[in-house]
Amino acid sequence: MEFALSEEQLMMQDSVTRYLADRATLDTVRGLIAAGPVHDAGLWSGLAGLGICGLLVPQEYGGAGMTLLDAMLVQEVLGRHVVPVSFIPTSVLAPLALLAAGTAEQKQKWLPAIAEGRMQVAVGLSEACGARDGAGVTVAGAKLSGRALFVLGAADAAITLLCSSEGDVYAVEQGAAGLERTSLRSIDDTQCLGELNLHDVTAELLPAGEEDVIPRLLDAGRVMLAADILGAAQKMLELAVAYSLERKQFNRLIGSFQAVKHLCAEMAAELEPCRSLVWYAAHAYDAVPEESRLMACHAKAHLAEVGRFVARSSTEVHGGMGFTDLLGLHYWFKRIGCNRQLLGGPERVREEAARVQGWI
Amino acid sequence: MDLAYSPPYQQFRQEVQDFLEKHRQLWPPRSSLGKPSAAMKNWQALLIEQGYTARTIPAEYGGYGGEPDILKSRIIAEEFTRAGAPGGLAGQGVSMLVPTLLEMGSEEQKKHWIPRTLSGEVLWCQGYSEPGAGSDLASLQTRATEDGEDFIINGQKIWTSTAHEADMIFCLVRTEPDAPRHQGISYLLFSMDTPGIEVRPLQTMTGLAEFNEVFFTDVRVPMHSIVGERGQGWQVANATLKHERGMLGDPDIAATRLNAIVQLMQEETVDGTRLMENPLLRDRLLQLQSRVLAMQFNGLRLLTAQIQGADPGIARLIVKLQGCELNHQLAALAIDALGELGILYQDSPRLRNKGAWQRSYMFDLGLIIGGGTAQIQKNIISEIGLGMPREPKPAAASGGAR
Repeated sequence: MEFALSEEQLMMQDSVTRYLADRATLDTVRGLIAAGPVHDAGLWSGLAGLGICGLLVPQEYGGAGMTLLDAMLVQEVLGRHVVPVSFIPTSVLAPLALLAAGTAEQKQKWLPAIAEGRMQVAVGLSEACGARDGAGVTVAGAKLSGRALFVLGAADAAITLLCSSEGDVYAVEQGAAGLERTSLRSIDDTQCLGELNLHDVTAELLPAGEEDVIPRLLDAGRVMLAADILGAAQKMLELAVAYSLERKQFNRLIGSFQAVKHLCAEMAAELEPCRSLVWYAAHAYDAVPEESRLMACHAKAHLAEVGRFVARSSTEVHGGMGFTDLLGLHYWFKRIGCNRQLLGGPERVREEAARVQGWI
Repeated sequence: MDLAYSPPYQQFRQEVQDFLEKHRQLWPPRSSLGKPSAAMKNWQALLIEQGYTARTIPAEYGGYGGEPDILKSRIIAEEFTRAGAPGGLAGQGVSMLVPTLLEMGSEEQKKHWIPRTLSGEVLWCQGYSEPGAGSDLASLQTRATEDGEDFIINGQKIWTSTAHEADMIFCLVRTEPDAPRHQGISYLLFSMDTPGIEVRPLQTMTGLAEFNEVFFTDVRVPMHSIVGERGQGWQVANATLKHERGMLGDPDIAATRLNAIVQLMQEETVDGTRLMENPLLRDRLLQLQSRVLAMQFNGLRLLTAQIQGADPGIARLIVKLQGCELNHQLAALAIDALGELGILYQDSPRLRNKGAWQRSYMFDLGLIIGGGTAQIQKNIISEIGLGMPREPKPAAASGGAR
């Protein structure tokens, strides 16, 4: 019985942290996204060098063959540094989809390229957890038509994985005839979101899918978004405490006022148990399949709530400065706000948690 | 991350299950924390013999004398809860005084008091808080003055649960009035039958008298009843408080309560529709379920840290604050789900769950306040956990206690 991270996991997290410490400073990130949402190829190739891009790709395809718990730990660090790279679609959802439903040939075609960091994959799952504006993708004669919104991943992704209204996963290639991509611009320019409009687009079915391939992808995606919030919110708490120990008013550090201390204590008290919840949700995905869906829903919903509380409270501790662009605190604030809605907001996923437990 | 138990522990779990099943007819009725019944004392003796309570306390002091094994302790707690079996004695004597004596008591005190406390022969109460010394416990003013071989005690204690039944009290008194306030306190053990002690029940908002006030008028106590040295009582007491804080906010209690609410919302109806069909109530239930799960996994993380001898840091500091608040919110949801049925109390017709939801809702507020208020907990979290400074002392404050 051991509910803790292993030495190897801590070392891996540490190596990603060290890599990002001076390469993904706030100033760097600010510069990278100055012109709008971006997936940064430079940081990506650096992460590829650490073996991070192929974390979930089996060793036979050139990856590390690790678990969602490992990937979650990486995402926590990416959230902490608000890194503009599309790790979730390319390195988590795409390998999991290919492993669950891809043919041997499809795996051979795409997994090694993903593992080496040579290929970006976008993933559209939004319609599986709440179609907006009448979106949805239908299949007729092996061709896809319709619309996919809030597709996660780089604008220049080589392929996009989409779920059809029947619950199958299809891959469409960039530049395919009848495919039109528009970038959606959210509050958070560190994450790329797209809209795909499809008119009889040639697509490859990932045929070996079992019934729950899309729900499993949602579980994984939700755990990863929760991990991203965990890292971002932890950073916002630390920034709030640090600021309160520099800023003086009434001839005192504001961090010596109980009004400020208690706000920080509340953030810590809310956030610390979240760490264990996200660990367990990732572990359940890997090792306790019967609990996977429930725990993913709870991790996503709870981190969304606690993340929102920490984001606004940390901003308040920073006072007027927290509200400015100068300090840049809003990058974390917006990342948390964006993650909250992706792949289902808290009310939606809690409703799923009720169904999973047979309550309704 | 490996949540499986190894075969020896699986076997141990089986042994506990078998024991509970085999001795089901000996289970005493669930009792309060007061004087144990004869059946309870027999059950306690059997549990000690098996090592299911007082597990790591040396046999020469009346314990089982086992090696510390946190996982076995956890398995015992889990299996007793699962079976609904009464555990061992858990009053303040067993849970707070015994660990304190083991850490700070003399050999004679250990040999004399620990066996009698573990067996249930002697019931204890705790004399710490005073009307003027709550969160600021070190300002306590109950005075013990020297008179030959004795101390003469005068003053008042409050929030003394089981004082009306207790045989003995472990009590903080000021023996060195001129010393700095943390160095002027001593920790005494004395009989509640000593002349000059008056116990008055303290009825709370629940309608029950869960606590008492205790008044001391010229109470004569031999000086050798002190634990530790004169003036060392603050350190001795902190050893005890550490044990109390560990007891408050247990996530397993929240989990049990959550399950009861799930059942309630499945069974109770309004306008002929199950409460669970109400999306607003259901969403509140799920929000609380997230919190319960997070605290349970936080508990597993603490357990592992304890086994590894690692410092869990903030994860431990938040348990009392979050756990007590969570229990309170669970009771609130049950009441809201029941609506008008939820306000029934005492012996009313149509009462649900013997009025436990309202009683818990009120009593939990007491737990949020007691054992270090929520505000004191936030000071601890911010100062120890986050490294923020203490509130500066007002310039004119005097240092020593009066």
